Amino acid sequence: MDRPIRVLVSKPGLDGHDRGAKVIARALRDAGMEVIYTGLRQTPQQIVAAAIQEDVDVVAMSILSGAHNHLFPKVMELLNEQGADDVLVIGGGVIPDEDIPGLKKAGIAEIFTPGTTTGTTIDFIRKNVKRVQ
Amino acid sequence: MIGGIFQVFDNDMLKQIKQEKEQWQQAKVNKALSRFPERMENFTTGSGENVNRLYTPEDVESLQYNDDIGFPGQYPYTRGVQPTMYRGRLWTMRMYAGFATAEESNKRYKYLVEQGSTGLSVAMDLPTQIGYDSDHPLSEGEVGKVGVAIDSLEDMEVLFDGIPLDKVSTSMTINAPASVLLAMYIAVAEKQGVSSDKLRGTIQNDILKEYIARGTYIFPTEPSMRLITNIFEYCSKYVPKWNTISISGYHIREAGSTAAQEVGFTLADGIAYVDAAIKAGLDVDTFAPRLSFFFNAHNDLLEEVSKYRAARRLWAKIMKERFGAKNPKSMALKFHTQTGGSTLTAQQPDNNIIRVTIQTLAAVLGGTQSLHTNSRDEALALPTEDSVRIALRTQQIVAHESGVTNTIDPLAGSYVIEAKTNEIEKKAMEYINKIDDLGGAPRAIDLGYIQKEIMDSAYDYQKEIEDNSRIVVGMNKFQIEEESPKGLLKVDPQVGERQKAKLAQLKARRDNDKVKERLEALRMACQGEENVMPFIVEAVKVYATLGEICGIMREVFGEYQQSVNL
Repeated sequence: MDRPIRVLVSKPGLDGHDRGAKVIARALRDAGMEVIYTGLRQTPQQIVAAAIQEDVDVVAMSILSGAHNHLFPKVMELLNEQGADDVLVIGGGVIPDEDIPGLKKAGIAEIFTPGTTTGTTIDFIRKNVKRVQ
Repeated sequence: MIGGIFQVFDNDMLKQIKQEKEQWQQAKVNKALSRFPERMENFTTGSGENVNRLYTPEDVESLQYNDDIGFPGQYPYTRGVQPTMYRGRLWTMRMYAGFATAEESNKRYKYLVEQGSTGLSVAMDLPTQIGYDSDHPLSEGEVGKVGVAIDSLEDMEVLFDGIPLDKVSTSMTINAPASVLLAMYIAVAEKQGVSSDKLRGTIQNDILKEYIARGTYIFPTEPSMRLITNIFEYCSKYVPKWNTISISGYHIREAGSTAAQEVGFTLADGIAYVDAAIKAGLDVDTFAPRLSFFFNAHNDLLEEVSKYRAARRLWAKIMKERFGAKNPKSMALKFHTQTGGSTLTAQQPDNNIIRVTIQTLAAVLGGTQSLHTNSRDEALALPTEDSVRIALRTQQIVAHESGVTNTIDPLAGSYVIEAKTNEIEKKAMEYINKIDDLGGAPRAIDLGYIQKEIMDSAYDYQKEIEDNSRIVVGMNKFQIEEESPKGLLKVDPQVGERQKAKLAQLKARRDNDKVKERLEALRMACQGEENVMPFIVEAVKVYATLGEICGIMREVFGEYQQSVNL
């Protein structure tokens, strides 16, 4: 049965800059996806609980404070613990290139850095979403 | 003659200009267009506002020189707040800096002062801005990242070690816990033998824009407004030279607003603070001279210059007409500027030096009182020492070599500048009226109105970049293959652990009975209606931590819950 891709857009950590998260949330919605935005200051536990509760296919996280190395892998770890390892997880924000291999190794499928178009993110999600609609 | 003798152009002259413009269009423009169509169908500013092919006196025909433009240092302050502006004194070159620990940030401040920086601007990390100590679970991964970690007076002592607080002016980007950080600053000064009436500087202390755009709020709107008016009152008595608030459009613009929204929403916030203070029983002329503003500088030079002029004129009118201020200082809008972080690209980062130069010119041509210039690598990481130096040099070159500082408000009288100044003022006023209709800024924020307007503008801007109707050099045009940038500043991940250990030692060493006693006194004050500032000052002096003090206020005041309508 066809249903739209469900995405949780989230802001882990204390960083309050949510322009990117809101722009991407709206672009995904305009692209026909169902989008849930968590709001600011989410702990990894809250993000994973929301992802499971909302039965999402994708978790998209945005962070600009530099706490990504701590928070992104934590979300992956908790998702795996909950048996939700088929959720596609992507991240974005001010993230130095040198941190990207480590984050990918932790299971984040892709990291989108400043200047990425919303189209690129939409295409990536469509091609890589694991839960088949 | 409509408008009397002050009108800039008389009607006969205007009629003639109109005729000649029509002839020019028929004879010259149409011919040119048929051979060479213009580059774009619609030309727009950085904010998406229409730009005419040509501006003439027709576009400013209702302008009255004395009433609308006037002279620098006097009402309506369109041309600047000082009578001689930069001929007397240049703006304060105030670089925003801070990272990791107090020791490392202290070193960066000394470096900046050595390089000619004339004011300090302290960046705090996110836990500090949200009132958590470094050992709080939510602080994990964030300690020392976007600014310096301040847990107690001890950290502040190290931060300003060897920096005489009666000689520098210090700006602190701190909002929800502004009262605590100001109290610590006062206490450090006292230890240096500097009395609080000699302190000069600014606390940002603008909570409304935190709910709108920046997200480092703690308490709900009402107690937050009380804390702010408590600070106004305390400072008017004990710290009279301190700027008690910096009402900030900067973050509103970074969140994606247009220039007119930046002015409209910021001044609407300003109105809310003035209202709250008057309601708390303060006389407008006792606190209004210490209000200051903070604006952004984006790339569209002409629009940005017009924006600052419009903001000054509009605020002067609001203070005089709406609030009945009598003191001219209450009407003069002073502002700090920061160049636009969101305009910088991660691609070809050296191009950001040029962007920052244009933005510096905008701020200076617009009459700023102080300026932070962003560094070329800020779309990637915190700036290195080298890139901060280039950013500071950009200001120094504009100040000393460009010549634009030698005459006041040099772009005044330009048809486009005056027309755009009028247009931004008008649009900003429309937003203020709309917010008044909704019941004022705090209410408009609770309804999500301001956030939604900004989000719409941000999305429109992003779409323009993606459909290439807006060019960003190096990002959607003129791209090159790039290697990963090298030598970015990285904060040691051990900073959090070190800060935690230091905090544990402090808690073991200080007089914990006294801490408890002063925190309880603070709790009582929060529950009542007294000014809480003196209680906070007493608590920080015995090394109660930021997290403990904000914890008490959290218990009494509660926490703000964000609502988002996508």
